[in-house]
Amino acid sequence: MRFLRRGRDLACREMVELVTDYLEGALDARDRERFERHLRGCEGCTAYLEQMRLTLRLAGRLEPEAIDPAFRDRLVEAFQGWAEGR
Amino acid sequence: MRNAPAAHETEQCEMLTLVTPSDADSAPGTASPDDRRAVAAILAGDERAFEELVDRYNPSLLRVARGYVSNRTAAEEAVQDTWIGVLRGLPSFEGRSSLRTWIFRILVNQAITRGVRESRSVPFSSLGDDEAAVDPERFLPGGAWATPPRPLEAVPEEVLLSAEARARVLEAIAELPAQQRQVITLRDVEGWSSAEVREALDLSEGNQRVLLHRARSKVRARLEDYVNEAAA
Repeated sequence: MRFLRRGRDLACREMVELVTDYLEGALDARDRERFERHLRGCEGCTAYLEQMRLTLRLAGRLEPEAIDPAFRDRLVEAFQGWAEGR
Repeated sequence: MRNAPAAHETEQCEMLTLVTPSDADSAPGTASPDDRRAVAAILAGDERAFEELVDRYNPSLLRVARGYVSNRTAAEEAVQDTWIGVLRGLPSFEGRSSLRTWIFRILVNQAITRGVRESRSVPFSSLGDDEAAVDPERFLPGGAWATPPRPLEAVPEEVLLSAEARARVLEAIAELPAQQRQVITLRDVEGWSSAEVREALDLSEGNQRVLLHRARSKVRARLEDYVNEAAA
């Protein structure tokens, strides 16, 4: 609690370390309010949060990697052996 | 949850340990109806049901396995053994966790028992919890931005969401330390909940969040380079 002293404004350097807690919903109501208050008055941190949100959006859109067909074939063979043995 | 910090890190560490209990996470949950259908089909010998499971989870299993072993061949072996373990264990799958969490637990457990963990006993320093999210030189002595990030409105959305942007993100994820890569892959690429990732990778809530934070911060930094190039 020493770090987020009551009433003291957050510095941008602190904001970037709190972004994940903020996005994870891990800040308590008061710290969340302080985070959002800083955000409203700070273009740099607003841009930072935007960039973080873009990062998450892009990460969620990555193409699934193709499976090596030979590897997949081996697994299917293993499955067939397993199914026969049951 | 952390080593004693160097004096200059104290401020950051205090902030990071100021983690209030989160109720944002639901429990990892139990097997879904889809999970149960898939299990029943596979147990009945339905090859396609098994293939669907493989196609769905194999890429992330490989990504996670590569956090435990040093090369692709070893990772493929670990994943192959995982699938065999899945088949062996499936008759006794009770559905007390989701199917995917259960599968990833098998991967992690067999990676450990095979001894493929190599030197990955995961010293706490590898959490990356002593790293700053942003290069400290970008802040003024008082902690305000000296060189703030560029607003995204300066760049057209189709550029921001382009294949090139995705490639940069993928590249950045690939270069992360193993644990950070595992966590960001499951959370942000695969969309798992924090609780599921913690259960699958056997991580505490605090460690999961630190790993996610460091991973996201580094990937964002790489994306920022792209944004700056695109806006120039």
